[in-house]
Amino acid sequence: MNLKELYQEIILDHGKNPRNLRRTENFNKNAKGHNPLCGDKVHVFLKLNESKKIEDISFEGSGCAISMASASIMTDLVKEKEEKEVENLIKDFLDMIKEKPQLTSKSLTEDQKTKLMSLSGVKQYPMRVKCATLAWHTLTSAIKDSQEEINTEKFD
Amino acid sequence: MNIVNIKKEFPIFNNKVHNNDLVYLDSANSSQKPQVVIDRIYDFYSKEFSNIGRSVHYLAVAATNMYENTRSSVQKYINAKDKNEIVFTKGATEAINLVANTFGQKFLKEGDEILLTELEHHSNYVPWHFLRQTKGIRIEFAEVNQEGEVTLPNIEKKITPKTKMIAVTHLSNVTGAILPIKEIIALAHSKNIPVLIDGCQGAPHLKLDMQDLDCDFYAISCHKMYGPTGLGVLYAKKKWLDELPPYQGGGGMIRDVKKEGITYGDLPNKYEAGTMATAQVIAFNESIKFLNKIGINNITNHEKKLMEYGQEILRKNNSVRLIGNPKEKGAVLSFTLDGIHAHDIATILDEDGVAIRAGHHCCQILHDKLKIPATARASLGVYNTKEDLDKLDEAINKCKKIFNTK
Repeated sequence: MNLKELYQEIILDHGKNPRNLRRTENFNKNAKGHNPLCGDKVHVFLKLNESKKIEDISFEGSGCAISMASASIMTDLVKEKEEKEVENLIKDFLDMIKEKPQLTSKSLTEDQKTKLMSLSGVKQYPMRVKCATLAWHTLTSAIKDSQEEINTEKFD
Repeated sequence: MNIVNIKKEFPIFNNKVHNNDLVYLDSANSSQKPQVVIDRIYDFYSKEFSNIGRSVHYLAVAATNMYENTRSSVQKYINAKDKNEIVFTKGATEAINLVANTFGQKFLKEGDEILLTELEHHSNYVPWHFLRQTKGIRIEFAEVNQEGEVTLPNIEKKITPKTKMIAVTHLSNVTGAILPIKEIIALAHSKNIPVLIDGCQGAPHLKLDMQDLDCDFYAISCHKMYGPTGLGVLYAKKKWLDELPPYQGGGGMIRDVKKEGITYGDLPNKYEAGTMATAQVIAFNESIKFLNKIGINNITNHEKKLMEYGQEILRKNNSVRLIGNPKEKGAVLSFTLDGIHAHDIATILDEDGVAIRAGHHCCQILHDKLKIPATARASLGVYNTKEDLDKLDEAINKCKKIFNTK
């Protein structure tokens, strides 16, 4: 167990000052997510253009430092990316958080990878993994436009 | 038994958590177990095991006697009038479900009201909600005040001619407020309304006297009383247990079974269908003996002093905000920390071996009312010391350091 790995500077910074914590004007997709164990809540707003590129992404919500930092870093990283690419990135992130040692996505710069890997500290804290994945499951729901509220209890 | 060295009775404190001594501040969730209780379970299974009730062999008779001895001990401990007013259940949750289900079947119809409070644990709300769905009853909530208490006038305000049951907690697991249950019961009885007390947090910490309270139903959680998990007690006045229908059907609760019909057994068998948690019931007798050896008044005083010490040091700690300030308060310290979420606090404290709980503590109604999604909660038991609270304070300062808050 290592608290320094869990609460890295990047996490504390994004947790305290989350980027994109607002509501996108004229969003065309959105989804809500909820972690009933902690009460963490996140609402993701997307604006996709005609070629399915994310023009803007934002979120509203409240929760622990891990959940807020994860939503903040996620929204920063997926902006300007194609929908398909984002779906791959979500899978890559969830795989890394659950089992894989590294990210494999080629669409990320080294700097972006470092940012995302800063969340990997939760691997040692099984009770906190859902804090890190909440925003990502919610983004999947928003892309699918399934209108389904994400409940982290339904995921591994 | 001296309360000062009581930690020695609990083997869990011999173990380290993340290389630190365990500072266990989660007793409102579940208490640790003294060696005598653990030994009793081991001895029963290794030397004395048998099912209870019907068999006539030596082991069965002995086990039945031991099981019934616990019932007598519980009766004495809570000063119930009759041994048969003690029903064993799988937990306090089942005890409340038993009452809601059977009372609902027999007495409730559409439009009838059940009065709860905004302090209730989900286990004293959800069973009544089932009746809202199946019977169309209404649920009213007596309001919690600024201090985190529910006062007698706030209960009285919500009583109407349609109120058929008042179900309230004895001691809030979040604010620590001790409700004026004797007065609530007297008020309810003056209007012919029965009262159920959720005693999960009351029973481990406060002296109980069912005859003095004159209460109709009192639900107890044994694992919060230094006893085994999987066991609860429902105290119910004999007139109710006679009048209400059985809760679950099965072996042990019947008198006569024919193809044409069934007659039910006498108390207490009527409410104890199937093989019960035999080992747990027998071991729970040791928990009662343990509590009696220390003396419940000594426990109440010890925990009150500690709680007041905890309040004092946490109030001195900038950025700690205590939740609720009830006049009558049990050994629960719920708090928030400016700029740090409760779950982050719990994770950081855990690293130092300080075990607290974070979240809504199964009281979403209360947290919605307070407009706080989650709180951190340090709750005390007989084994806690001032040093434990000092370590809590230190660990809180470590959170502030990590998050660079003041």
